[in-house]
Amino acid sequence: MIYETKTTHEEKGNVPSIMTANNVDVFYGKKQAICNVSLDIPENQITALIGPSGCGKSTFLRCFNRMNDTINICRVSGKIKFSGQDIYEPKVDVVALRSRIGMVFQKANPFPKSIFENVAYGPRIHGLAESKDELESIVVQSLKRAGLYDEVSDRLNEPGTSLSGGQQQRLCIARAIAVDPQVILMDEPCSALDPIATAIIEDLMETMKENYTIVIVTHSMQQAARVSQQTAFFHLGELVESGDTQAIFTNPIQERTQNYISGRIG
Amino acid sequence: MSLPTENWLRRKNRRNQIKELVIQGVLIASSFVAILTTIGIVASLVFEAFRFFDKIPLMEFLFSLEWSPQTAIRADQVGASGKFGVIPLLTGTLLISFIAMLVATPLGLLSAIYLAEFAKAKTRDAVKPLLELLAGIPTVVYGFFAALVVAPIIRATGSGVGFDISSESALAAGLVMGVMLIPFISSLSDDVINAVPQALRDASFGMGATHEETVTKVVVPAATPGIIGSLLLAISRAIGETMIVVMAAGLAANLTLNPFEAVTTMTVQIVTLLTGDQEFDSAKTLAAFAIALFLLVLTLGLNIIALHIVNKYKKKYA
Amino acid sequence: MPNYILNTSRQMAKRHGREKRFKWYGRIAIFISIAFLIFMFSAIVFRGASAFQQTKISLDINFSEAIIDPTSSRDPEILKRANYKPVVLESLSNVIPGITDRRDRNRVYKLLSAGAVFDLGEQVASNPKLLGKSKSVWLLASSEVDLFMKGKIDSNISEDLRRLKDKDIEWIEILKSQGKIKKTFNTTLFGKGDSREPEMAGILGAAIGSFFSLLVCFLIAFPLGILTAVYLEEFAKKNFLTDFIEVNINNLAAVPSIVFGLLGLSIFLNFFNLPRSTPLVGGIVLALMTLPTIIIASRSILRSIPQSIRDAALGLGASKTQTTFHHVVPLAMPGMLTGTILGMARALGETAPLLMIGMVAFIVDIPKGVTDVATSLPVQIFLWADSPEKGFVERTSAAIIVLLVFLILMNLCAVYLRKRLERRW
Ligand SMILES: Nc1ncnc2c1ncn2[C@@H]1O[C@H](COP(=O)(O)OP(=O)(O)OP(=O)(O)O)[C@@H](O)[C@H]1O
Ligand SMILES: [Mg+2]
Repeated sequence: MIYETKTTHEEKGNVPSIMTANNVDVFYGKKQAICNVSLDIPENQITALIGPSGCGKSTFLRCFNRMNDTINICRVSGKIKFSGQDIYEPKVDVVALRSRIGMVFQKANPFPKSIFENVAYGPRIHGLAESKDELESIVVQSLKRAGLYDEVSDRLNEPGTSLSGGQQQRLCIARAIAVDPQVILMDEPCSALDPIATAIIEDLMETMKENYTIVIVTHSMQQAARVSQQTAFFHLGELVESGDTQAIFTNPIQERTQNYISGRIG
Repeated sequence: MSLPTENWLRRKNRRNQIKELVIQGVLIASSFVAILTTIGIVASLVFEAFRFFDKIPLMEFLFSLEWSPQTAIRADQVGASGKFGVIPLLTGTLLISFIAMLVATPLGLLSAIYLAEFAKAKTRDAVKPLLELLAGIPTVVYGFFAALVVAPIIRATGSGVGFDISSESALAAGLVMGVMLIPFISSLSDDVINAVPQALRDASFGMGATHEETVTKVVVPAATPGIIGSLLLAISRAIGETMIVVMAAGLAANLTLNPFEAVTTMTVQIVTLLTGDQEFDSAKTLAAFAIALFLLVLTLGLNIIALHIVNKYKKKYA
Repeated sequence: MPNYILNTSRQMAKRHGREKRFKWYGRIAIFISIAFLIFMFSAIVFRGASAFQQTKISLDINFSEAIIDPTSSRDPEILKRANYKPVVLESLSNVIPGITDRRDRNRVYKLLSAGAVFDLGEQVASNPKLLGKSKSVWLLASSEVDLFMKGKIDSNISEDLRRLKDKDIEWIEILKSQGKIKKTFNTTLFGKGDSREPEMAGILGAAIGSFFSLLVCFLIAFPLGILTAVYLEEFAKKNFLTDFIEVNINNLAAVPSIVFGLLGLSIFLNFFNLPRSTPLVGGIVLALMTLPTIIIASRSILRSIPQSIRDAALGLGASKTQTTFHHVVPLAMPGMLTGTILGMARALGETAPLLMIGMVAFIVDIPKGVTDVATSLPVQIFLWADSPEKGFVERTSAAIIVLLVFLILMNLCAVYLRKRLERRW
C-alpha cells in the first residue's frame, strides 16, 4: 500500500494538548500493529478513536499509560508526551504515570471485593487518604461523579460483581476517578452494555470532561459523533485522518474515512 | 451379484446389536471396579473396626489419652488388654502435619506466585520440572533422608545450643514431609493463580498499582478459595503419609506438642501393628483397622471439602 | 513541568522496594526447594556411590581332595557344602605370616565374607576338575574390610570403638602390599538377593519382585483404566450412576496408600486367601491404587480428541462402538499409555501398601513368578535402612539410586512417547 500522509483538520479555537504522540510505532514481536502515528490529545475534551476491528485502536490507546509494558512481546517506539514529559523515558515511573492516566476497559472488570473496596483500592495503594474518613469521602465523591452513588449508597459492602453490567462499568469509572487522574482512557466502555446503560455513561462522560481529559475507543460512529470533540480514524495500524469530530463525519478528506463512516469498510 | 436379502440384513443387524451390547456391558463392568474398590475399602475397614469396637468401646478409642497396644504375655498381668486411645496418635499426626505445612505453605505459595507472575518463561520452564521432581521422588527416599541426614543434623544443632532433641523428633519428619508437599501446593496454586482473569490484573495495573500490589491485593485474594483448597489437599496428603513418619518419627505415643520430642502417628501405628506375625483377631491387629477407618474419614473429609471449594472457585471464573 | 510522574518520590521508592523484596521472597523460596532437592540427591549419591564397588581378596587355594571330598563322591551337593575353611585358612597363612594360635586363625578368617566359602563350593561343584589342583581365586571380603578399603573406617579412633582391630588393619596392609586385595565392580549388588551380611546382599531379588508387581499392576490397571475412561467419556449418559462413579474415582485418588494395603490384607489375603507376600497381591493392590490416576489422565486425553473425528466416522454409518474403538481409542492410545507409564512410575515407588500385605519379609531367593514370595525395591530400601550394620548404609543409598534411575527412565519414556506421538489437531 502506498504510504498516505495523514490529514488533519484545523482545530477549532486553540485548545492546549495535554498529551501528544509523535511518530509512534508499535510492534508485537515482528508484527507491526501501529505505523508512525502522530496525534495530539486536547485537554478537557473527548477524543474518539475509531476504525475497523484489528486496526490498532486499543494498542494505540494503551500506549498512553504504558499498559503495553505488561505484554512481553510488545515494543513501542516514537515519542509520547504527557504535559511535555516523554513518558517512555527511563526516569519516568510507570506506576506513578498510570495514577495520572487512568483506564477503563471494554469489559467491566470489578475486583471480587466490595463496592467500597473497589473504589478505595486506588487511593489506598497510592496513599491518597490520610484517614478513614478521608478515604470514605473520596469513595463517595468518586461514586457520585460516576453517577452510581444513589444506586449503591445502601450496599457499599456488597461485592462489586453483584451489580448489573452498566453499573459495573460505572463502578470501574468511579474506581478510575478515585485516584484523581488527569486523563482517562476508555477502551470501548459501552460495547457490552444496552442502549440505556450506554446513554447513562455517555451523559457521564459529558459531565466528566470538565475535570478530565478523555480518550475513548468506540465502534459506534454515532457514539463518537455524540460525545467527542475530536475524532481520529485508524485503518490497518495507520492514522488515516484526525480532527474536529463534526468535520470528520460531515466532510472527511480521505476516501477511506468516507468509506468507513458510510459503512463500506470495517 | 445379488442384493442381500432382507433376512440377511436383519440377522446382521441383530448380530451387530448384540456385539454392541456385549461391548458396552464390558465397559460398564470395568467402571464398576472403581465402585467395588470403594466398597471393598469401606466394608473391610468398617467390618474389622466393628470387631475391634466389640473388644474396646468406641468412646475409649476416641477419647482415651493413652496408647499402648502391648497385650501382656500372661493374661493376669496388669494392663493385659493394652490401652487404645487414638488421641496421642492424632496429636502426633497433626503435629507433624502442622510442621510440614509450616514449611510447605510459604515455600510452595511463594514459588507458585513467583513462577506464575514474575518469572520469565525460560526460568519457569526450567524450574517447574525441578519442583515436580520433588513430587516424583518415592516417599521411602524422603524417609531415608529424614532419618539418616536430617535428624542427626537437627540433633547436632540442638545439642550445639544445649538442647536435648530426640533422635526421632517430630521436627525431622515434619521438615522433610514439608519439602515433599511443596510441589503439591505450588502446582495446584499455580493453576489457581493462572485461572485469575487477566482483566483483573489489567484493572489493577491500569490504576497504577505495582506488580507486587496487584499480586498481593488483587490476584491472591481472588485466588484465595482455590489456594485454600490446595492447602487442604496438601494437609490430607500429610495426614495419610506413611513412609516418612515410619522411618523418621518414633513409635512412642507421647501426648505432646513439642516438636523436639518423638511422637508417633496413625499411619506409623498401622504399620507397626500389622507387620510382623500377629494373630489376626487380636485387639492389636483390629485396632489398625479402626485407626485406618479414622484416617480414611479424616482424609476423605478434607478432600471433599477441598474439591468443593476448588470447583466452586473454578466455576466463578469459568 | 510535571515531575510527579518521575521516579523521585519517597513513596514511590518505598512501593518499588516492596516489590523488589517480594520478588526476592519468591526466588528464595524456589532456591530453598531446589537446594533441598540437590542436597538430598548429593547426600544419597555421596553415600551410595561406593556401594557400586566391592572389595575382594585374592587367595591361592589348594583344592585338596582329602579335605573337600574325602570319599571321592564328586556329588555336587557334597562339594557345595564341604568344609572349605581349612583350605582357605591354609592359603591365608601362606600370605600372612605369624598366624599360629586359634584366636588369630579365627580372626584372619573373618577378613573374608561368610559367603566366600559358598562361592568356593559353587566353583568346585560346577567344575570338579579343580579338585587336587591349586588356583588363585578372588574371594569376597567382609563388610568391615570393605568399609576400611573404602576409607569409611577411621583407624585413628580408639580401637575399642571399632570392630576392625589394629591387627586386622595390619593384615589388610600386608594383603595390600602384595596386591592381593582390590576393589572391583560390585556384581553382588546387582546379581544377588537379600542377605543378612551387607557384603552379600543384592537388589536383584527386590528388583525382580518390583518387576513382577508392576507387570501384574499393568495387566490389570491398563485395560481397566482405559475401558473405564472410554465408558465415562464416550458412552455414559449423564445420570446418577455416572456421577457416582466419577465421585468414586476422584475420592479413590485421595485415599492414603496405606489404606489400599489394608484392603489387600483383609480382602485379598484373608478373604480370597491369595498367597501372602507375593507380587500377585502386591500388583493387584498397586493396580487399584493407580487406577484412578490412569482413568483421570485417559479421560482428559479422550476429551482432547476433536468431535469432528467421531462425527466423520458416525457419518459413514459406523456404530458407536466401531467409532470409538476404530477411530477414537487408537488416536488416544499414546496419550493413555503416557498416563499409564506415569501411574506405574508412582506405583514403582510405593512402599506402604506392600508392607501391609507382607512383602516386607526377609527373602534371599530371587522370585521366579508372580506367586513366589518377594519384596520390591522400595521395600528393600526400607528394610536396609532399618538394618544396624554400617555396610547397609551405602547399599541403601545405592538401591535408592537404582530406584531413581528406573523412575527417571520411566518418566523419560513417557515424555518421549508424548513428544513423539503428539498430534496437533
Ligand atoms: N497481545 C497481542 N499479541 C500479539 N498481537 C496482538 C496483541 N494484541 C493485539 N495484537 C495485534 O495487533 C493488532 C491491533 O490490535 P488491537 O487490539 O489494537 O486492535 P483494535 O483496533 O483494538 O481492534 P478491536 O476493535 O477489535 O478491539 C491486531 O492485528 C492484533 O492481532
Ligand atoms: Mg480493541
